[in-house]
Amino acid sequence: MAATNGSVSAPPRMADLLRFATAGSVDDGKSTLIGRLLFDSKQIFDDQLEHVQQTSERRGDGYVNLALLTDGLRAEREQGITIDVAYRYFATPRRRFIIADTPGHEQYTRNMVTGSSTADLQVVLIDARKGVLEQSKRHAYIASLLRIPHLVVCVNKMDLVDNDEAVFEKIADDFRAFAAKLEIPDLTFIPISALLGDNVVERSLRMPWYEGPSLLHHLERVHIASDRDLAHPRLAVQWVIRPMTEEHADYRGYAGQVAGGVFSGGDEVVVLPSGQRTRIAAIESYDGELEQAFVPMSVTLRLEDQLDVSRGDMICVPDSMPIVARELEADICWMADAPLRAGARYTIKHTSRTARAVVEELRHRIDVHTLEPVPGASELGLNDIGRARLRLSSPLAVDAYSDNRATGSFVLIDEASNDTVGAGMIASAG
Amino acid sequence: MSAATYELSHLRTLESEAIHVMREVAAELERPVLLFSGGKDSIVLLRVAEKAFKPGRFPFPLLHVDTGHNFPETIEFRDRRIAELGERLIVASVQDSIDAGRVIEETGPRASRNRLQTTTLLDAITEHGFDAAFGGARRDEERARAKERVFSFRDDFGQWDPRSQRPELWNLYNGRIRKGEQVRVFPLSNWTELDVWQYIAEEGLEVPSIYFAHRRPVFARDGMLYAASPFVELIEGEEVFETSVRYRTVGDMSCTGAVESTADTLEAVVAEIAATRITERGETRADDRVTEASMEDRKREGYF
Ligand SMILES: Nc1nc2c(ncn2[C@@H]2O[C@H](COP(=O)(O)OP(=O)(O)O)[C@@H](O)[C@H]2O)c(=O)[nH]1
Repeated sequence: MAATNGSVSAPPRMADLLRFATAGSVDDGKSTLIGRLLFDSKQIFDDQLEHVQQTSERRGDGYVNLALLTDGLRAEREQGITIDVAYRYFATPRRRFIIADTPGHEQYTRNMVTGSSTADLQVVLIDARKGVLEQSKRHAYIASLLRIPHLVVCVNKMDLVDNDEAVFEKIADDFRAFAAKLEIPDLTFIPISALLGDNVVERSLRMPWYEGPSLLHHLERVHIASDRDLAHPRLAVQWVIRPMTEEHADYRGYAGQVAGGVFSGGDEVVVLPSGQRTRIAAIESYDGELEQAFVPMSVTLRLEDQLDVSRGDMICVPDSMPIVARELEADICWMADAPLRAGARYTIKHTSRTARAVVEELRHRIDVHTLEPVPGASELGLNDIGRARLRLSSPLAVDAYSDNRATGSFVLIDEASNDTVGAGMIASAG
Repeated sequence: MSAATYELSHLRTLESEAIHVMREVAAELERPVLLFSGGKDSIVLLRVAEKAFKPGRFPFPLLHVDTGHNFPETIEFRDRRIAELGERLIVASVQDSIDAGRVIEETGPRASRNRLQTTTLLDAITEHGFDAAFGGARRDEERARAKERVFSFRDDFGQWDPRSQRPELWNLYNGRIRKGEQVRVFPLSNWTELDVWQYIAEEGLEVPSIYFAHRRPVFARDGMLYAASPFVELIEGEEVFETSVRYRTVGDMSCTGAVESTADTLEAVVAEIAATRITERGETRADDRVTEASMEDRKREGYF
């Protein structure tokens, strides 16, 4: 009986995928909140719960500590902190979710940047008793730097401030005043108690003054489809398919993931950096030829003319091209112990192309406390964020990060250690 | 896919991401290999590989670390699937490692070859000069995996160091390594068990028959049901009886638990997984129960 066991009607077509990241200072209740979301949406399995119950008892927690659900590594359990990004998964009938659970402390800025880089939405936790701290501002700043379109501020531990509306409003006002300086297109505030589950999955009767949705309700309904850029088609060639079989003797397909916009069969396209023009002969996938391809589909393009196209080339359309640049201005989050300094050389990886980059000038460093740019900095240390000008060994076809997160981002790689040492977001190019 | 609104279902989004990962590895590493066990995750991985390079062949061979304690149904399926594809399968055998004195067989009623696989895998990687190995592991499976990168860098002993993982940003993967080092690559990192089953159903993929309910002689141990087989010694008091079971994972006969089930179609299996209250590894894998950190420890030693 090793067959596919008869015909299967397709399972219910699930809705879309929402990736969100969570940040909070230590003890703000981030683990409890995630545990609560998973638990109340019935994603915690009995054996996991039993494990948490036993561990809670052994540690003498006095209650079932849902925060334990998210402890991953031994070192983290021993020290009771989150060090690295952990990914969690849950689904409701409306949506499938991926949570990037990131540590909040400034010494883990790089982990937050990592976890938030792919997020559609950022959750920032604030302890109602403490109000808007320097850390909260840093989290909001990073979310805006990474151009996460939706920010949700959860004011947690409302139970410890008598569920007082005034406390919540004061925090929201403080936060708004700060956020006005940042680019955050969609900002939402929700008063919660992660411990008691208030306003996490269900709206709480203990805060009748709050008229907004619960956190889960908001996550299920926040509109993300229009966050994607459908106007500027881009596909970076990852791999050239040349089967060289009799059947496909002259076949050449350019395989890649659509990074922006919509391609249609017959479209006139430009291949960068060479600037050669041709038309799309066909858009192909394993499942057959497609009329159109759009973000984030992985497809294969066949072109009408035999051009010299290889990995790293960018396929786009004539009236909305990225900039072909040898010089970049970029915001960089530094991720290595050895600092970034002017004059240093790195490998830069941008879409599927790599080149060498030299740091021409460090324009400024962001003060982690005031979040203001400090000009004249001589280096970026581990977890620092700053603006630098890079010169490239060969041209890259780039967009501003604010226009396209996929074609506006890059990583820097240390050529001696091969480590990823920096994350870059292109501000301008020329 | 819906052309009017340009929206992709979550399964197609995950598939697209996995294809992207495979193409990056093929382009950036010299000698990748795909670990194929005949289990559901590697079946999905294989389909993604076919998709990523069509109409070409995928540019890497397949490797199975065969413990010798597999279910015969899995091996039969494995060989048939490979023959259909016309691909080359390298079989690295734990029995050979034992015979060569590379590892020592555990003894006693709870003996398992699970841990021994690491040596066999690392030996095969060295012998063939592989620098990247695709695995079907998912982050929802286990707490250490939840923290592992898609490109999981391993030193020249195959060891994972969770404290010094490379940051992984956007969809930019850094596949640079030095000679002797390797990456384990997990294109299905963001899939859940339910996603895998839904994908198998959508794609109409064949899976080994033991994933469907069947009658089998089993015995109960530590709250799990194990297959009676030549590879396990019974402990006094344990009795073999026959019942209707299916498997959620296909590991070794000696350490993979069966679940009582009557789900004998893909639809029924998907429904059962959607409703289950127990995790895949909790219900079926004795190897993960040994200590709180057993998976982390095995990964540090070079495990998948
Ligand atoms: N009273 C109250 N305590 C909370 C709430 N959320 C979290 N806590 C407690 O705050 C402490 C820190 O929570 P935890 O989730 O571990 O914080 P993390 O460091 O941000 O992950 C724990 O003792 C939690 O029980 C809440 O809403 N109300």
